Amino acid sequence: MIQVEGLSKIYRVAEKQPGLAGTLRHFIRRRTRNVTAVQNVSFKIEPGEMVGFLGANGAGKTTTLKMLCGLIHPSAGEVQVAGHRPQRRQAEFLRRITLVMGQKQQLLWDLPPMDSLRVNAAVYGISDAVARRRINELADLLELGEELTRPVRKLSLGQRMKAELLAALLHEPEVLFLDEPTLGLDVNAQARVRQFLAEYNRRTGATVLLTSHYMADITALCPRVLLIHQGRLFHDGPLEALADQLAPEREVRLELESAVAPDAFAGLGRLEQLDGCDVRLLVPRDQLTTVVAQLLDRFPVRDLDVSDPPIEELIGGLFRQGRV
Amino acid sequence: MGRYWRTLRRFWCTAVAVQLEYQVNVLIELLAVAMSLSGSLFLLSLFYGPEQTLGGWNWAQALMVQGLYTVFDGMATTWLRPNLGAIVTHVREGTLDFVLLKPIDSQFWLSLRTLSPAGLPEIGLGLGLLGWGSHQAGVVLTLPSLCTVLVMLLAGGLILYSLWFLIAATSIWFVKTWNATEVLRALLASGRYPLNAYPPALRLLFTLVLPVAFLTTVPAQVLLGEAAAPMLLAGLGLAVLFFAAARAFWLFALRFYTSASS
Repeated sequence: MIQVEGLSKIYRVAEKQPGLAGTLRHFIRRRTRNVTAVQNVSFKIEPGEMVGFLGANGAGKTTTLKMLCGLIHPSAGEVQVAGHRPQRRQAEFLRRITLVMGQKQQLLWDLPPMDSLRVNAAVYGISDAVARRRINELADLLELGEELTRPVRKLSLGQRMKAELLAALLHEPEVLFLDEPTLGLDVNAQARVRQFLAEYNRRTGATVLLTSHYMADITALCPRVLLIHQGRLFHDGPLEALADQLAPEREVRLELESAVAPDAFAGLGRLEQLDGCDVRLLVPRDQLTTVVAQLLDRFPVRDLDVSDPPIEELIGGLFRQGRV
Repeated sequence: MGRYWRTLRRFWCTAVAVQLEYQVNVLIELLAVAMSLSGSLFLLSLFYGPEQTLGGWNWAQALMVQGLYTVFDGMATTWLRPNLGAIVTHVREGTLDFVLLKPIDSQFWLSLRTLSPAGLPEIGLGLGLLGWGSHQAGVVLTLPSLCTVLVMLLAGGLILYSLWFLIAATSIWFVKTWNATEVLRALLASGRYPLNAYPPALRLLFTLVLPVAFLTTVPAQVLLGEAAAPMLLAGLGLAVLFFAAARAFWLFALRFYTSASS
């Protein structure tokens, strides 16, 4: 459904020194430099896949998404989405895709969402009867009711995002580009948007490419992730493989009946924390079962928990260390 | 075509609905229009005493030119400013993305998305002035002259729109071009006086480079039976040329659109 080969984008950005002198110089003689936002990125996404797109701010996620939608022309490389070259922006292509941006809105601020939906129905050439049926179906899934007839400015952020999703999906697109769709939402609203996206994908078989700052979005929805850093693709595969790659160790937490000296844990992984009866160890994945068996054998264990370190910490740590 | 027509109806229904959402604002706008209209009529009465002529035009004829100018100014308030002024905002805030992702012509969307009824009374007054000026100047309206005037008004509207759109399209590179459109509006204000009132160099400028002559003076000449055929053809030719240039320039500009960052 999506094929990307050697995709690059170079922007020319203006540079300005601070202060009045810098401002005057900038006004008279503008200095620019080239910034590589995306560099030689290649991947393929099959129909119906839900793929997470990870990366720090400014990593090149949004630029890539916009090239896939056809909003930005690539500097180099080839893109095919649903059999079309996006930058040609043919009507046939635009009917098959949608873009949702958590930070921008297409709904008319002063009018109820229903008015914007009616405009979209006309733009996409959807008859009133079909539009009504689709709006009802999607509103049911999104748990939207009378919110559709209240001015957008009076809606909460969560209700507004759900209405944005409805507006973006009215034409039943096959490819969804979602750029931070849960940004700023509270935990409950995030969960409802996630449930909706999973259900929409199950019902329609739509292909979804999702960027999010909330790892919970990615872990709940995307079996596969693309990790991009400084414009380059760093990882393409299952989320677990990324975790394995980033963190070859697992975290073991113990709650003991009585306190134990630190040297008692020698040879049982790396001791990260020992606070009375609470112990935290990092154990290499291939030794996990042996170490856990030994721990249970040697110590009076009241509770034991094995987990992966949170992925956002792993990725954040990786970026900080400059390992990527 | 049916889809575009249906979309246009929805566009304008929502535009009116947005205006009516704020009742007090509507009243204030109507008040502002009434005050601005009485202001321009007062100015006009100072300019043209009954005995005076300007560039060979007597005051009744000059009133026709003023009427035509008022029609175009009202058109700018109703149609051009709300739509083409919003292009800059779309580019600056990145909401042009949503327009470009719709399976509909982006120039159609950006040019006709909204309208502001505040300019309609101005158009009405302009037509009234034109009618009254024509009556005073002893114009005898025939069907051919009426058709020619309508065609020339359309051509004038197309020229004005294309010039404005050309400037608005440069916001793809320069982002803020409000100042440029203000300069354009000030230049168009020169169309409120007959072309002959200006020195020859300016006459040439207003005919060929910024063809305000075709907006006001030429249609008035048609009504007065003074328009020469080459001038009419030049007006039509320029309208087509400017529109084609605006269209080509927009398609070219879109290739450079970088979209505001998220």
